[in-house]
Amino acid sequence: MAFFFQELVNGVTTGALYSLVALGFSMVYGVLKLLNFAHGDLYMVGAYVGFFVIQWFGGPTAVSIPVPLLLLIMFVLAAAVVGGLGVAIERFAYRPLRDAPRIAPLITAIGISFFLENAALLLFGAQFRVYNTADFISLSSGITIGSVTIDSVQIMVLVLGLALMVGLRELVNRTKLGKQMRAVAADREAAEMMGVNVNFTIAATFFLGSALAGVAGVMAGLLFNQVTPTIGFIAGLKAFTAAVVGGIGSLPGAMLGGLLIGVAESMITGYAPPGYSTYTNLFVFAVLIAVMLVRPSGLLGRAQLQKV
Amino acid sequence: MSLDAPPPAPRAEEGPQVGADEWVARQARRREYLPSWLGRAQRLGDRVGWWPRLAVAGLAAAALPLLGLGGFQLQVGIDALVIALLAVGLNIVVGWAGVLDLGYVAFFGFGAYGFALVSSGQIGADGIHLPSYVSIPLVMLAAAVLGLLVGLPSRRLIGDYLAIVTLFFGEAFVEFTNNVAPGALGGPNGIVGIDPVSVFGHKITSNGGYYYLLVVVLVVTMAVLRLLEFSRTGRAWRAVREDPLAAASMTVPVNWVKLMAFAFGAAVAALAGTVFVAQQISVFPTDFDTPILILVYAGLILGGAGSIAGAATGALVVMVIYDGLLRSPSDSGYLFYGLILLTLLVKLRPWRRLAVVLGACVAFGFAAHAIAAAISARAVAGGPGSTGWIASALHDWVIVPANATVAGNYGFVALVCLLIALVQAGPRWRTILLVPALYLASFVWETRLVTEPAITRQLMIGAILIVMMNARPQGLLGQRRVEAIT
Repeated sequence: MAFFFQELVNGVTTGALYSLVALGFSMVYGVLKLLNFAHGDLYMVGAYVGFFVIQWFGGPTAVSIPVPLLLLIMFVLAAAVVGGLGVAIERFAYRPLRDAPRIAPLITAIGISFFLENAALLLFGAQFRVYNTADFISLSSGITIGSVTIDSVQIMVLVLGLALMVGLRELVNRTKLGKQMRAVAADREAAEMMGVNVNFTIAATFFLGSALAGVAGVMAGLLFNQVTPTIGFIAGLKAFTAAVVGGIGSLPGAMLGGLLIGVAESMITGYAPPGYSTYTNLFVFAVLIAVMLVRPSGLLGRAQLQKV
Repeated sequence: MSLDAPPPAPRAEEGPQVGADEWVARQARRREYLPSWLGRAQRLGDRVGWWPRLAVAGLAAAALPLLGLGGFQLQVGIDALVIALLAVGLNIVVGWAGVLDLGYVAFFGFGAYGFALVSSGQIGADGIHLPSYVSIPLVMLAAAVLGLLVGLPSRRLIGDYLAIVTLFFGEAFVEFTNNVAPGALGGPNGIVGIDPVSVFGHKITSNGGYYYLLVVVLVVTMAVLRLLEFSRTGRAWRAVREDPLAAASMTVPVNWVKLMAFAFGAAVAALAGTVFVAQQISVFPTDFDTPILILVYAGLILGGAGSIAGAATGALVVMVIYDGLLRSPSDSGYLFYGLILLTLLVKLRPWRRLAVVLGACVAFGFAAHAIAAAISARAVAGGPGSTGWIASALHDWVIVPANATVAGNYGFVALVCLLIALVQAGPRWRTILLVPALYLASFVWETRLVTEPAITRQLMIGAILIVMMNARPQGLLGQRRVEAIT
């Protein structure tokens, strides 16, 4: 049983990470009805920002400032840079296509994803960049319950992930900006007539969603240690799956979907017979296709009537 | 009472016809022509009809190897023709039926693996060696059935959801061939030793043979699709693309029509796969990864989705640039500076403005180089990455510092920011910003891009998709659709 719980903890941690990426993805879909294929690559950029912050402050073995401050700088800078990048992409590439046929922004998004991935390849090189988390955060200082250990990075990821999700929920449900976002998601033209600044709201949504992806990228760097230009694509696919399984456009759905995918993945890796652990991705895709066929609107999504 | 002479029957071309809406007929005939001599060439091309144009293009393609192309150029031509065939097939699904199929490359892979399995020693003791005239139609048929199955969710899923399912189908295909049944499919090692295609008992083994085979296959496919385009089915596809609801109320079976688009597209992709794999003699899962999908889309979008000639031309252009010109530093230099000059010539009017910008750019470069050299010798220590006369011409113009890689990286980021600013700026600022942007582009090219051709060509593909969608969504040869006001 201990093994099961250990795998569960690992799964929930990666799941929290997928949830953050999926949330941003789902938010953007909510306001623009656009599948932002570039979202996974924003996550990759966030991971690189974290890596360069560590290097800037002396490298993992000789950090020149207190570690909590370092982590704070990593998360804030990643959120700011990636958020800004998201806003720039929206302004430059998606806004001119807002009234174009649906297929145009989708293809643009694919182009941006490909461009970002290769720009990272050009700027940062193809080699693995390693965070070496264990050199500046002592992993053993976690919690041990029975034989199940939750190390300190996992705790941090879980707490921060939960805090961000609760914060986002409050923002969407309680604040004026959240109200505007919901209004734009419901009906953009009507919202505009009611005095909502649609351009600002969409830009803010892109900023928030991209910033979440940036934070998730830093988390991924801390958790998995390795960063390459290609991590964005597969993370984007997982986030896709999470958002779609939960019901695209629904924020609780994105969280639930992310957790489900994370746990399922870790269970397959843990329990699959030897030689079959490479089937993880195939399984995740199969789950997605099955969910789409049985319940296209996702687990928590509402079936939409098509407006004429 | 004498009967008057009966009024002359209205000629077919003019006047209202039964069953044809005048407005629709007029809109369908209206098309936008490119400015100046390009437009005149288009009008001339329109007058001669489609099949002479296709025949001329086919003959020109067939004559190309006679110019004495080497092995490398021939290989580029073969790859380009395969991608063109794929783009023509994708045009059915994306361009005509308006369904975003992101798993299209999986059908290409299915055709390749299908042909490999039935024409190699992979299965059983002696393997299966079906003759080509059996195996190719068989594989195409199987792919069409698979296309129907993958398209089935389109009964319930609309738009984006279908895009997701097909995207995952494509990814799942790569994972599948990598992991499942390593005995038959070979896992990451793929299948090797595949039989050549035989035509009328003659086995094609040379690259030249495959080039001609692909030209014939592409021309025939384009001709068949052209006939299909204006058939009942073709019209139904376009009706569904424009408005599924209106099409349904006009008794078009929307779901069935979409499924047919999937099946036809899959069959063409599988055909491309069979020839591709027979020419390669081997097949690996990585041949069907996302970059191929993006290449095919880039070709289709560049040429213009919805037009057969556009899809084929776009794919050929993209592949010749991607695979041929961007490989060697000297060719890619001509391409890069040539494209920039061409764009300026076409876009920058009047001539005085163009002259001012070019002159300012030249002066700016020499001044910047002189100032940088005066400040520090290290700042100009490196030489341009290009070779040949371009390098010697640019030697005293573009600043290449000693550690060119780092400077080039910063330059790249600055260039992207500057280009975004350029697009957003007003006309006056645009002219002013153009000078540093041109200089910076040359700087980034000489320090970074020319030394990394593998990355540069991928960046270019991404940029094509973004720029075309924003600047000219109908592509180079496509026609702007008359948008119904809703």
